[in-house]
Amino acid sequence: MKLYCLSGHPTLPCNVLKFKSTTIMLDCGLDTTSVLNFLPLPLVHSPRLSKLTGWTSKDGTVNLEKELKECAGRVFVDSQPEFCLPERELLDLSTIDVILISNYHCMMALPYITEHTGFTGTVYATEPTLQIGRLLMEELVNFMERVPKAQSATCWKNKDLQRVLPGPLKEAVDVWTWKRCYSMHEVNSALSKVQLVGYSQKVELFGAVQVSPLSSGYSLGSSNWIIQSHHEKVSYVSGSSLLTTHPQPMDQSSLKNSDVLILTGLTQMPTANPDGMLGEFCSNLAMTIRAGGNVLVPCYSSGVIYDLLECLYQFIESANLGTTPFYFISPVANSSLEFSQIFAEWLCHNKQTKVYLPEPPFPHAELIQTNKLKHYPSIHGDFSSEFRQPCVVFTGHPSLRFGDVVHFMELWGKSSLNTVIFTEPDFSYLDALAPYQPLAMKCVYCPIDTRLNFHQVSKLLKEVQPLHVVCPEQYTQPPLSQSHRSDLMLELTPPPMPYRRCSVLNLPFRRRYDVLLTPISESSSWFM
Amino acid sequence: MPEIKVTPLGAGQDVGRSCILVSIGGKNIMLDCGMHMGYNDDRRFPDFSYVTQNGRLTDFLDCVIISHFHLDHCGALPYMSEMVGYDGPIYMTHPTKAICPILLEDFRKITVDKKGETNFFTSQMIKDCMKKVVPLNLHQTVQVDDELEIKAYYAGHVLGAAMVQIKVGSESVVYTGDYNMTPDRHLGAAWIDKCRPDILISESTYATTIRDSKRCRERDFLKKVHESIERGGKVLIPVFALGRAQELCILLETFWERMNLKAPIYFSTGLTEKANHYYKLFITWTNQKIRKTFVQRNMFEFKHIKAFDRSYADNPGPMVVFATPGMLHAGQSLQIFKKWAGNEKNMVIMPGYCVQGTIGHKILNGQRKLEMEGRATLDVKLQVEYMSFSAHADAKGIMQLIRMAEPRNMLLVHGEAAKMEFLKGKIEQEFNCYMPANGETAMVTTNPSVPVDMSLNLLKREMALGGPLPDPKKPRTMHGTLIMKENSLKLVSSEQALKELGLNEHQLRFTCRVQLQDPHSDPDTLHRVYTHLKSVLKGYTIQHLPDGTVMVESIVIKVSSSAEDVNAKVLLLSWSYQVQQSPTYLFFRRFRPRFGIFFGNV
Repeated sequence: MKLYCLSGHPTLPCNVLKFKSTTIMLDCGLDTTSVLNFLPLPLVHSPRLSKLTGWTSKDGTVNLEKELKECAGRVFVDSQPEFCLPERELLDLSTIDVILISNYHCMMALPYITEHTGFTGTVYATEPTLQIGRLLMEELVNFMERVPKAQSATCWKNKDLQRVLPGPLKEAVDVWTWKRCYSMHEVNSALSKVQLVGYSQKVELFGAVQVSPLSSGYSLGSSNWIIQSHHEKVSYVSGSSLLTTHPQPMDQSSLKNSDVLILTGLTQMPTANPDGMLGEFCSNLAMTIRAGGNVLVPCYSSGVIYDLLECLYQFIESANLGTTPFYFISPVANSSLEFSQIFAEWLCHNKQTKVYLPEPPFPHAELIQTNKLKHYPSIHGDFSSEFRQPCVVFTGHPSLRFGDVVHFMELWGKSSLNTVIFTEPDFSYLDALAPYQPLAMKCVYCPIDTRLNFHQVSKLLKEVQPLHVVCPEQYTQPPLSQSHRSDLMLELTPPPMPYRRCSVLNLPFRRRYDVLLTPISESSSWFM
Repeated sequence: MPEIKVTPLGAGQDVGRSCILVSIGGKNIMLDCGMHMGYNDDRRFPDFSYVTQNGRLTDFLDCVIISHFHLDHCGALPYMSEMVGYDGPIYMTHPTKAICPILLEDFRKITVDKKGETNFFTSQMIKDCMKKVVPLNLHQTVQVDDELEIKAYYAGHVLGAAMVQIKVGSESVVYTGDYNMTPDRHLGAAWIDKCRPDILISESTYATTIRDSKRCRERDFLKKVHESIERGGKVLIPVFALGRAQELCILLETFWERMNLKAPIYFSTGLTEKANHYYKLFITWTNQKIRKTFVQRNMFEFKHIKAFDRSYADNPGPMVVFATPGMLHAGQSLQIFKKWAGNEKNMVIMPGYCVQGTIGHKILNGQRKLEMEGRATLDVKLQVEYMSFSAHADAKGIMQLIRMAEPRNMLLVHGEAAKMEFLKGKIEQEFNCYMPANGETAMVTTNPSVPVDMSLNLLKREMALGGPLPDPKKPRTMHGTLIMKENSLKLVSSEQALKELGLNEHQLRFTCRVQLQDPHSDPDTLHRVYTHLKSVLKGYTIQHLPDGTVMVESIVIKVSSSAEDVNAKVLLLSWSYQVQQSPTYLFFRRFRPRFGIFFGNV
């Protein structure tokens, strides 16, 4: 039994498990941090970005001025942003039988895997994961296709040239494998291979293995997976949460008695308490509005935004913000808000009770009805005529490299009255802001990551007692910036088996029994 | 052999008060707990004394499962749980859990407040009953206890309707509830995987009918409504608030839009808006088309259909009114019917099945004079039309479901005896079909498999003996020790069994004495035996050992002479019991003619 690790990103995993002659891919995460090396894609012509000077090495021997631009003291690639894909050379991807998806953030690389690799298998995901995952992909494609870039920069990727580039481009790994965004056609084709499953549904694979998704409490329809035969059990734990937010609570007990537990998707902000961050978010927002400034919230169009809106729903009246307009701008804003209301089965108990009344489970329905929250597909069209300031804008993409957020950064960056509040933990906010420097606008960092922290996970592991734990190597040592914090790592006996991109692990199993099925008529003759 | 028992307390050769008891693998499950629309007395509810005469319901039942929110499937639930007394789990899907208490409250109000009945369940009882409900998701495997598991499948029929699979070990039963096999304007078709249940318990409302295509029925319906409106008549469509009503509303809404009609369409109860809300929030339970387009256009927001007020019934001019309940047995639909019955320009369209005893049933059977309460009679002059819009599977649909699930036995409920009989005949060409009446028990013998854990070491060892690849089509004999411990069966090698059980090994050897006459010395006799065996037993390992024994494979042969007669020699044979079979047999068979001795019981 082997585990092939195709992604080095601990929260955007992509592993392949060979188990009892089946080949199972666990998640299909797309590492988008690579886009931070690219220049932002402005929606409206930006004189600042178009006047940047090209980059040539100091001694003049390397000239890449067409591909690389200097901006605010850093060098960026002037091309359509590219993503870092899961490793495709470690094993033959056409042999994959099934792909199990744990949540909508962990499926963004799906089209790269299911299309053009000879993949003929089935993808399993829950209905909210499929529907919201589709929206996020659609949004990504839309962001890219709305501002087409003729140029595709490739010269800088030459090994000899990359070596002489300034950081962080110099340190970027596997740049040759970086790929441009897929098309909507590829998304549709990839998602047509998805088969829907419900929590605790038992899915038989070739009669050899049974897989079953369990509620993981992190997002709508998010799941952990149990992969088992009669005598072996592997638990795959991906983004999970024990906090009470909108999704159904995490199913912990079903993880018990695992031979191997693969642990990924812990919080990226182990020292930031989500509740504290939420409070800070609200107070900074109120402060800026009162001073007459605008608030920009770069975010994904599904997930934490539902909790932010719910929190604001309670906060608006008490903070006297009843007349401040809130805007949610995304090509899928409307769909995301509508879809969130129809997944009663996947929500926490409180929200389910509301549906029984029948009332919409999320209060953003009321914010929309009372005109406090308005949503638009983009800054063009209705928004430009209806838009009033000061206001609060929720929009993507949180990397600040593409999407409508680029426009607001250019528009509001010069005034110190305005504030940008980062709530998504996926990108370093300083790197995200780099091409916009110098900024007069205030920057607040309130990352909200509800996934398990080290304290919660060690408690969980004590409870479910797996024989062996496999995890990304990042979890086996404290973070670089806080090397003295031994509480920010996993300490277990036996010690966890760490993996990194391109690792192949032999999983320790001691199988002692197999199952025979005997018709009862025969079995009774045993005893004669 | 194990048996599965099925006893309908209601819906056995009848439509109404569905309630079926299933005993499987030592577990007892109640499927549905409905009321009968045709009765106002004790017969309204299933006869729970069938169980309670022997003790409490809670002790007997492991769980109760409700298939959908129609009252003939859940109407007796508060009575059962709160008045008869049941505290175990009740399973139903989320939409059913949401809608069921509203319909129960409605039913309670009509019965208690309007008809003045006492000794009926209260609002509080409905609430308490609903607290015992555990919601079910589609395809989720719910472990009721360690052995009993249930799984819900989509059934179409109404919002949230489910079929359920009940499984204990390898025995299983599927109960369909009510289902339809063709998608309609708002719901999808029922679906189940090839789960091969021991029994498929199916409804059989339309067991003998093969209905024409849905399109034709819709066209017919619209034509009739249109004609009636054109000649200035009023059209009454008795419906249940949720279900068919929404489908017909979508149908009329699009027709009105297309034909640009002006006549008002009303929907009678305040429930409509609420009902439509449920459809919006549970849109994942509707059909593909509605789900796909709901963000752009929600099909459950109607432009032409308005709320009805009692006073509108006397308004002049044409109108269409949807009114509840659907069988004209009480409430607003009955009041409007009484008002409009006298005018031949008017029309009543019955879009679904009507239970015996209801006014709906009577007028559909052509009765034109109705006896009303208080000895008054009502002349029925308006046109009576029947359009089968209720979403039940017809004969073709039932056969389709059988092909999908591939059951071993079939059991029919929720239909009229005569119609069931016909379908039973058809089904029995392939396999057993049962149709127990209420209180009657059908017993089905099953042949479940017993899982045995086999030690991997033993498996590998036995595999190695029989050549490289096992032939999956041929059974294979294996030797091992079966250990039964804590409800599990293990097959291990005898060495491992001894070790696990802490027992000493005992050797069992067979011995045999063969007398023969031979004048030679003992060693010579042995040598002669050795050379002889060498010549006759080709292909066997035969050794003459220095300690004065001959070994044929693992069989030991010694010679000793008797004290009295030196010519009389005794051959001593000894072999372990494992060798009992072929080699020994062969050895003796070859030996016998030469020495002419009978070897008896070998």
